[in-house]
Amino acid sequence: MMDKTAKSLSPESSGQEPDNNGVAEAAPLSDAASSPAAVETITPAGVAACWSCRGPVTAGDLFCDTCEAIQPPRPVDPFTRLDLEPGFEVAPDHLDRCYFDLQRRLHPDRFATKTSRERAISVALTADINVAYETLQDPVKRATALLEMQGVTIHAEGCNTMSDPVLLMEAMEQREALAEAETSDQVETIAAVATREKTDCLTELAGAFNTNDLSAADRLTTRLKYLMKFEDELRAARLRFSQTS
Amino acid sequence: MTTLLQIHEPGATPAPHEGEQNLAVGIDLGTTNSVVAMAHDNQPEVLLGEDGSLLVPSVVAYGENPETLPLVGEAARQLLLGEPESVVSSIKRLMGRGAEDMKSLAGTLPFELAAGQDGGEEGGMVRLTVRGRTLTPVEVSADILRALKLRAETALDRSVDRAVVTVPAYFDDTARTATRDAARLAGLEVLRLVNEPTAAALAYGLDKGAEGVFAVYDLGGGTFDISLLRMEKGVFQVLATGGDAALGGDDFDHAIAEHFLAQRNEADSSHILTSDEAKTALMSARLAKECLSSAADGEWMIDAGGAVTRHRLDQETYQSLIAPLVARTTDICRHVLEDAGLKPEEVCGVVLVGGSTRVPLVRDQVAQLFGREPLADIDPDSVVALGAALQAEALTVGSDSLLLDVTPLSLGIETMGGITEKVISRNTPIPVSKAQEFTTYQDGQTAMMIHVVQGEREMVNQNRSLARFELHGIPPMTAGAGRILVTFTIDADGLLTVSAREQTTGLEQNVEVKPSYGISDDDMTRMLRDSMEHAKSDMTERLLAEARVDGERVLSALGAALSVDGDLCVDADREAINQAVTRLREAIAGSDRDAIHAAIADLDEASRPFAERRMDRGIRKALEGKQVSELAEEDSSSPSDDSSSPSGEGGDKNDDDAAAAR
Repeated sequence: MMDKTAKSLSPESSGQEPDNNGVAEAAPLSDAASSPAAVETITPAGVAACWSCRGPVTAGDLFCDTCEAIQPPRPVDPFTRLDLEPGFEVAPDHLDRCYFDLQRRLHPDRFATKTSRERAISVALTADINVAYETLQDPVKRATALLEMQGVTIHAEGCNTMSDPVLLMEAMEQREALAEAETSDQVETIAAVATREKTDCLTELAGAFNTNDLSAADRLTTRLKYLMKFEDELRAARLRFSQTS
Repeated sequence: MTTLLQIHEPGATPAPHEGEQNLAVGIDLGTTNSVVAMAHDNQPEVLLGEDGSLLVPSVVAYGENPETLPLVGEAARQLLLGEPESVVSSIKRLMGRGAEDMKSLAGTLPFELAAGQDGGEEGGMVRLTVRGRTLTPVEVSADILRALKLRAETALDRSVDRAVVTVPAYFDDTARTATRDAARLAGLEVLRLVNEPTAAALAYGLDKGAEGVFAVYDLGGGTFDISLLRMEKGVFQVLATGGDAALGGDDFDHAIAEHFLAQRNEADSSHILTSDEAKTALMSARLAKECLSSAADGEWMIDAGGAVTRHRLDQETYQSLIAPLVARTTDICRHVLEDAGLKPEEVCGVVLVGGSTRVPLVRDQVAQLFGREPLADIDPDSVVALGAALQAEALTVGSDSLLLDVTPLSLGIETMGGITEKVISRNTPIPVSKAQEFTTYQDGQTAMMIHVVQGEREMVNQNRSLARFELHGIPPMTAGAGRILVTFTIDADGLLTVSAREQTTGLEQNVEVKPSYGISDDDMTRMLRDSMEHAKSDMTERLLAEARVDGERVLSALGAALSVDGDLCVDADREAINQAVTRLREAIAGSDRDAIHAAIADLDEASRPFAERRMDRGIRKALEGKQVSELAEEDSSSPSDDSSSPSGEGGDKNDDDAAAAR
């Protein structure tokens, strides 16, 4: 749910003069990072006006071809944001390469001596990139984003009622076993099973997305969410044992 | 994409007639010592004092006359024993602290806290009383920063007004804000607040060309940080960070001093130590600590309350005194490793930073945890400043390397029942922006209170309160119909800003985040006024410089547009544009900020018809491009060309290409 709202950071209905593309505001926009002023109007031909030289810019371009000014972000899905093909299987190396590549060009450190407008755009753009990176790194968030892109709404995190009785039983048993674990070896045994289950779930989920079986993907995402949460609990348990020793 | 390179070419930086504007130093504002450094061509160097000293002790001595400037550094430190009542040290421990925080810390602190806060206001920043003067930690830190600025100016023989200042990675928003305010007060523009371990990694990484995951263990005088970084091809990516903003070598001193004082009390428990006597006891304890880094044992004196006592301390007792403190640091290290999902053996190097890592027990414990000897080949006292200097050069001149840092603490808001709801979790890469939607819960509700906290605990009152603010002007609706989107943005300095928007009406509200323990705007204005006469002119200078940067940007953008689409600029426009350009150039050369803004507006107006024609052509071209590509799809034999991308390479070129294709 948080991701959903984060995406609407630069909402299209901006309330700014729509025909002016925010050009009139020459004044420093120190808070433009999250303000709707960062959104331009796009013509039907996919051309926007550059805020700096006011010439045409292809919608989605990061920089103006003419004057090289950094362009404000527009709401896009996390894959587009990171220049990646949408899909569940994302190679971490490839993701990192795309991420670093964008950060090298867009990070606020590159704009420290530029105008306040450019600095603000850089913050807004890299904030978007960081959120997208976080989404794509985490398989649950990645799957959720993919499902949302295809029109499937995932239940908000707070109300994920576990409707699958098999999953529910399994979850309770695992939790119980962890609570009863008395040595770090026992924790590791439980962890090994959980790791195997997670690997299997990831494989199945990738298969579901590949065959475009969205209802299976939906179900497996819920299962994965639980398995990842259990991983957190395992982490906490490990810390408990490492500190008492 | 070669054009992108020009973006951070030195020549492209604005106001070229002020080349020295590019100059920026790196400052490590430490609890015990501070260091200023400067980098040139990736070679950082500490700027030494006139006496050749490397470190500036973070100690300030205030004279009787409030008009005279305070003594800072070694000279002030010398006065610690003689006239402790006029000397302030370890002020960093109080940065961003509220009066409330001090209740739990008071007792052994070498500070005299001002009795009762101004006007009995709840919360507020802690204040000290020094020789009848009331000072905030921000002002004391500003005095140290002024001394560092002066040291840099003397060493470089030119004025210095921009700096990268380091802060402990684990500093919260209020402490970061306080640090930035202190620099501002000292007449320094903060280009970036950089986390200390990250700065140290930069100094190490560039020096050694290291690759892989590194741990930076930074134990300073008053703060502890542990950061795990991945270094890869010039990118320094912080994976996780943790620490304790109130744990450092000072606590070792306290442990020793308490041991000594307990021995003293066995002999005579009638005397209660004053804060000045606490300072002398701590001084002896510090000497003992430094000595025991190499010696097996020794004997120290405490001269307080008219009684001199002698105290023996051997290595074994010393280690037992500090062992619990060191264990706290290694516990935090384990947590951070878990956060990053790493095992100690996956870390390919451990870097030691901070003077307190000279303590042998610390080195042993760190080596044991990570299973390898830690690196300390760059002086742990100056490595942070060297890294800051490198970053200062990177920000002003440009660099191939890049720091990607994270926020050390989760950011949340108070929900029903005093529970914290996390909005941004710790170790999220910054800058980051996340939004949270709130709904009204009463019919006709027009205002809403939002409480922002930082920390990992579940209950709000166990976390750090950053700000409380009220949203007003919500149109009266039925309960639940009002939807307010609140956006939390953490910038590259790790500083928070909040904005709010009422969703149904699109009403934007500028939320002023009033830090619970920060300095109010009024206070800041007063301090700026009180501090130095030219503080105000500093501010004017800065705004003028900003206006010049804006003006240069407009000129270069117009120049680029003219060179690409010059054919669209008709004679009548050209004359008006030329006149406006001349006026803007003159305004930039002058020193009237308003004149620059006015000239920018004039030029915008004069070039409007030109800009409109450029847009028209751009759209037309894009549409043509679409048709061409559609045609190309229909007729696969037609040669593909690049006319489908309105890349702005100039109409002539595209026409040429089209002709060539024919």
